[in-house]
Amino acid sequence: MKKNINILVVGVGGQGNILFSKILGEVLLNAGNDVKISEVHGMAQRGGSVVTYVKAGEKVFSPLVDRAEADYILAFEKLESLRWLEFLKDNGILIYSDYEIPPLSVITGAYEYPDVEKILQTVGVKACRVEVKKLLSQLGNSRVQNTLMLGFFSRFLDIDEALFKKSIERNVKKEFIEINLKAFELGRRIEMCEVEK
Amino acid sequence: MKKLLLGNYAVARGCYEAGVKVATAYPGTPSTEITEAIAQYDEIYCEWAPNEKVALEVAIGAAIYGKRAICSMKHVGLNVAADPLFTASYTGVNAGLLIAVADDPGMHSSQNEQDTRNIAKAAKVPVLEPADSQECIDFVKIGFEISEKFDTPVILRLTTRVAHSQSIVEERPREDVLFKYKKDIQKYVMMPAMARPRHEFVEKRLKSLKEFSETIGINKVEQGTQKMAFIASGIAYQYVKEAYPDAWVLKLGMVWPLPERLIKDFCSQFEKVYVVEELDPFLEENIKAMGINNIVGKEIFKLTGEYSPSFIKRAVENKEIEVPYKVKQTLPPRLPVLCPGCPHRGIFYVLSRLKDVIITGDIGCYTLGALSPFNAMDSCVCMGASIGMAHGISNASDKKQMVIAVIGDSTFVHSGITGIIDAVYNGSDILVMILDNSTTGMTGHQDHPATGYTIKGEPTYKLDIVSLCRALGCVAVEEINPYKIKENVEKIKQLLDLPGVKVVIAKAPCRLHRRYKFTISKRYIDFEKCKNCRLCLSLGCPAISLKDKPTIDANLCLACGMCEDVCKFGAISSQKEQ
Repeated sequence: MKKNINILVVGVGGQGNILFSKILGEVLLNAGNDVKISEVHGMAQRGGSVVTYVKAGEKVFSPLVDRAEADYILAFEKLESLRWLEFLKDNGILIYSDYEIPPLSVITGAYEYPDVEKILQTVGVKACRVEVKKLLSQLGNSRVQNTLMLGFFSRFLDIDEALFKKSIERNVKKEFIEINLKAFELGRRIEMCEVEK
Repeated sequence: MKKLLLGNYAVARGCYEAGVKVATAYPGTPSTEITEAIAQYDEIYCEWAPNEKVALEVAIGAAIYGKRAICSMKHVGLNVAADPLFTASYTGVNAGLLIAVADDPGMHSSQNEQDTRNIAKAAKVPVLEPADSQECIDFVKIGFEISEKFDTPVILRLTTRVAHSQSIVEERPREDVLFKYKKDIQKYVMMPAMARPRHEFVEKRLKSLKEFSETIGINKVEQGTQKMAFIASGIAYQYVKEAYPDAWVLKLGMVWPLPERLIKDFCSQFEKVYVVEELDPFLEENIKAMGINNIVGKEIFKLTGEYSPSFIKRAVENKEIEVPYKVKQTLPPRLPVLCPGCPHRGIFYVLSRLKDVIITGDIGCYTLGALSPFNAMDSCVCMGASIGMAHGISNASDKKQMVIAVIGDSTFVHSGITGIIDAVYNGSDILVMILDNSTTGMTGHQDHPATGYTIKGEPTYKLDIVSLCRALGCVAVEEINPYKIKENVEKIKQLLDLPGVKVVIAKAPCRLHRRYKFTISKRYIDFEKCKNCRLCLSLGCPAISLKDKPTIDANLCLACGMCEDVCKFGAISSQKEQ
């Protein structure tokens, strides 16, 4: 059995965070791991900043990932990658979507949406940006960002591709299986980012 | 087959396997999914009750009749259900009665942090605390056995990180459990003459439960290789195991009453023992009361919020985490907001424009009206409190202060009705606004008596809120369309001036609810006509943001049309600019 892996899935309430974690969790389970997932429900879902933890390995006790403990952060919204960055462990990898959802504090003009790329460079973190906006318009569906990101992330894990597809088929509503598998494959074919080459 | 299961779903699965016949609840995060998942099993009668008190009474009835029953709620719900709980402890059960209560350390979606173990101790009922999804299934079954063996309701205490975490379980088949109903007024009619001997029974029962806790397998010592010792239960146990896998741990599955001999014996083997528990020093104080003094608890572990493995390590070793990547500047906060198209937005926009009015709020999506840009709420205490508090404020000011109470439809049925009865009876001059979105929105679209559907989605009698409010004696009861902002400003001002209790029902279904179909005619801004006054931004709609001028994101717009109503220059319409 491999060493434990800690993943943070962050974004904005309503972006498919929980479904992504469920699909990924099942993949990790079927690959022979103990798995725990901690989700966010209730008030935080109403467009607030949300985080879900996915942990796998020989034996997992706590469902939480703390600061400086995540091997990977998957951010479905650009600004949110900054908010959770302290959770990344030394040499951990941030995979983030270029999708922007301005929070109300930006909409009302109280804050400016920050230059995420510039800040990430200053901090000096290993980061892969996924051009989600462009790819989603290729697919003609804006609701499959999570499976697209899963496709890209699947290449960081040494797990058979078929397990991912099986898990998508089991967890996505029947009428949306095809588009989600397409998004997964598109994500898996994205050119690998510098940090992992 | 092994599978990943959410803690709450595992509780439901445990109920199915334990042969439960009746399940009741009022929805409340983080407990809601227990009852939603039970509703999937045809073998179990299941209902949403108007509130937790009624829900528990229904479950007590079922258990006395001889069918295993579960009643689920969040921690604050147990306060509502405390009245029947304390006496059900006296009557005892027949078939088992389990009360699943989900506490919320960290207050992810609650108005206070409250430790259910204190109420359980006061009510003198046993408490089991699972630490993962498999234990959720197992402890439900053990809970029913204890309930029947000792003739007592049993509390299954969950916390958010158990209720809302997925871990691996194995499922087993359902068993049938049958008890016969027997009339027994000495046991089930709690008037003073009969209650006195039952109190004696309760004290004796607590003693035998204490004895039982010494031998029950879910209280166990896990040997370590390092001379370091912990006592923990529930999620705190998992944090300890991750932080110190080689330490000795006394894992308590039953946290009330406590196994005194087991604890004394464990503590005597070590120089010091760390007691790790979120929220109150419940174990710590009760262990100290046993005369054990070598324990370390809240002097190093915090009283508020959630724990984590690294928090425990930091507290024990007194050192900080080193964070490798830090963002130096302040990021724009992202608080929860009312969804695009939400009917509550129109009401809070109107309320935010009224002057010299105190607005008492309540628990639900509409609590978000307290936040920017509306800032249209002065208080939020508990379910139903808005109406009672409005009445209190009005009378305390000799009726000089204008007060509006805001409450949702589900919350109104839960505990708003009695508030109106009180206000009318005592001659109040308040305006009550029932924001009726035809569902329980915040917890994820559960039905209630005023939606006309049961938990299984079957049609049922639909409580008529308008007729009800008239029958309660309100001087004016009017339904309004929350999306008609201009109209509503005038209407609300007029009603505020009337004496007596007035009710406005702002009726429009939740935009995210699958049951309701909406015609979509998205709005666009004509930049020629737009004077950049930014009034539309004060709606706080996530679909409208500021570029050079306000712009509507067609992906997010749900075509509610409120921005069109607010715009003074006719710049917003459903016609896309050419």
